[in-house]
Amino acid sequence: MTDRAPSSLVELTLTRIRLFFREPSAVFWTFGFPLLLSVALGVAFRNRPPQPVVAAIAAGPGAEEALRAVVAAGQKGAVLPVAAARAALRTGKTDVVVLPGSPRTYEYDPTREDSRLARLVVDDLLQRAEGRRDPTAVAEVTVTEPGSRYVDFLIPGLLGVNIMSAGMWGIGYVIVETRQKKLLKRLVATPMRRSEYLLSFVILRLLFVFLEIPVLLGFGWLAFSVPVHGSLALLVAISLVGALCFAGMGLLVACRAQNVQTVGGLINLVMMPMFLLSGVFFSASHFPDLLQPFIRVLPLTALNDALRLVMNEGLGLAAVGPRLLLLAGLAIVTFAAALRWFRWS
Amino acid sequence: MSELAIRCRGLVKAYDDVVAVDGLDLEVRRGECFGLLGPNGAGKTTTLEVLEGLLAPTRGEVEVLGRRWADGAAWLRQRLGITLQETRLSDKQTVREAVSLFRSFYPRGRDVDEVIGLVSLEEKRDAWYEKLSGGQKQRLAVACALVGDPELLFLDEPTTGLDPQSRRQLWEVVAAMKAEGRTVVLTTHYMDEAERLCDRVAVVDHGKVIALGTPRELIERVVGHEVVEFQAAAALDEARLAALPGVRAVHRRNGAFALTVDRVHRTVPALLGELDGAGARLDRLSTHSATLEDVFVALTGRRLRD
Ligand SMILES: Nc1ncnc2c1ncn2[C@@H]1O[C@H](COP(=O)(O)OP(=O)(O)O)[C@@H](O)[C@H]1O
Ligand SMILES: [Mg+2]
Repeated sequence: MTDRAPSSLVELTLTRIRLFFREPSAVFWTFGFPLLLSVALGVAFRNRPPQPVVAAIAAGPGAEEALRAVVAAGQKGAVLPVAAARAALRTGKTDVVVLPGSPRTYEYDPTREDSRLARLVVDDLLQRAEGRRDPTAVAEVTVTEPGSRYVDFLIPGLLGVNIMSAGMWGIGYVIVETRQKKLLKRLVATPMRRSEYLLSFVILRLLFVFLEIPVLLGFGWLAFSVPVHGSLALLVAISLVGALCFAGMGLLVACRAQNVQTVGGLINLVMMPMFLLSGVFFSASHFPDLLQPFIRVLPLTALNDALRLVMNEGLGLAAVGPRLLLLAGLAIVTFAAALRWFRWS
Repeated sequence: MSELAIRCRGLVKAYDDVVAVDGLDLEVRRGECFGLLGPNGAGKTTTLEVLEGLLAPTRGEVEVLGRRWADGAAWLRQRLGITLQETRLSDKQTVREAVSLFRSFYPRGRDVDEVIGLVSLEEKRDAWYEKLSGGQKQRLAVACALVGDPELLFLDEPTTGLDPQSRRQLWEVVAAMKAEGRTVVLTTHYMDEAERLCDRVAVVDHGKVIALGTPRELIERVVGHEVVEFQAAAALDEARLAALPGVRAVHRRNGAFALTVDRVHRTVPALLGELDGAGARLDRLSTHSATLEDVFVALTGRRLRD
């Protein structure tokens, strides 16, 4: 007989932590997958040194001189019969076709960025080779700075997605699984405080923010030198509020579902639009204006924007305040709704 | 303090399409081991879950340990230990972690290792739940029910689906609980289990108690001491069989007859004479001591596990 009562909140939270780390798939999706994704995308979209433009010069008088000028300027070119040169443009093997003569004709595709650029570059270098003098002397300074690359945009987005899916799966799915195996029913037959049971999930999510941030940002820093321009404390605060918001949404999807298939469907239904629209992999501003008001109120949009404002732009609380309020408000609403409708059996 | 651990009057639990419990009365005394016995779908689980405060009854009065669920829920939960018919604990939790977790819910309870010892799971203390056998899982469920030091223990089909050795191990645990003075209410559809463990049993069918008493009482009152079963290839008159000396009742199943009798040695010679007289060939004849199974057949005309 023992009368020393260990704290059930501590035991419940420890149980949650143990069960998480003993589930390899949970660990992989929370920590491994975002890292793999950041490596894959960071490498695929890394900033490459400027590529030379490719010009196809139609064979005939003046073709060889033009080719020499192109190569001398560090670009690429070849002399081809005119039909072959046009075919190369059509299939994207060359950026521009040059027909020497007077007038010199450029054939190019103005809807292709590379093609437009090649037309300007080739004309410029040929005109210079032919003796053009610029009226104004120019100087150049080039900048390629960490903080403005794709991977710098990507890492905060991945952190946001991570906070979202860990909350939805880690709470929504796990609770429904517990309900499905009748363990929830068994637990509520004990004197366990129901609030403590739910609280243990929320505590777990908040604790895990302190693992997710170092893992993702630490990796971004080590592998790609992704900097944090703003306050780290503010970044943590934003992540915690985001975690609370998605904890509430996780509880909400779990409050009635009787089996894991149902809750899996619900979670995907909630997450998929945000995954696509909330600016994880590319900026949400690419979507039509019509959609923007809707996109603005999605919690993941608010979270990602807030994280980027701090990480990439170094802004402070004033700039992210409205987004934090949106997340906090949603957290309150979802918690209240979930607790109202929660079914213990 | 009331002498009764459970008092239940006119309990009804109706679902949209079925009445699971249909006016059930029950009194369980403190310190006894009480069995609810009946076929699948009889309403045993539903009854237990109402008593455990997990289901709200449609109608009827329920008092557990002298309290009602409406105003005594927190008090009651500290004093009950239960196993549900189908609960799975977390797969990747060890035996000790599971019992410790349940221990933490109770302000007063038993030592975790002591309880693990009680159900003989010492060697599996650090094994994950998913690695346990069916019998070990069931004993762990009982350990989780015991760790809160309950006055009243509900076990819903504690041995269903277990091998004979695991069943016996669980019987020992229940017997030990009884010896400690705890009240135990269990459901089963194994008659031997009820006869062996229970001080009193209630036979439940279609949501009602159709017989109540000690196993011996029930057997003698409803069936008699012994059962004579035989098969004969002829049309026999049931009334004439019933009139044979010592016969209590005649049941007919799939062409075979079962006579419940007080004393085999009085009935069998007379039966053989009767068969001879009818010119019937006897294909099979056997006798056994009456069991609760025979009680159920006598009361309902059905077998328990058809
Ligand atoms: N939640 C429910 N909804 C509808 N019918 C139910 C429900 N639970 C049990 N029943 C029905 O009530 C009857 C009694 O079930 P139960 O109490 O589980 O019987 P037992 O435990 O004796 O096998 C069965 O017919 C069962 O199908
Ligand atoms: Mg049952």
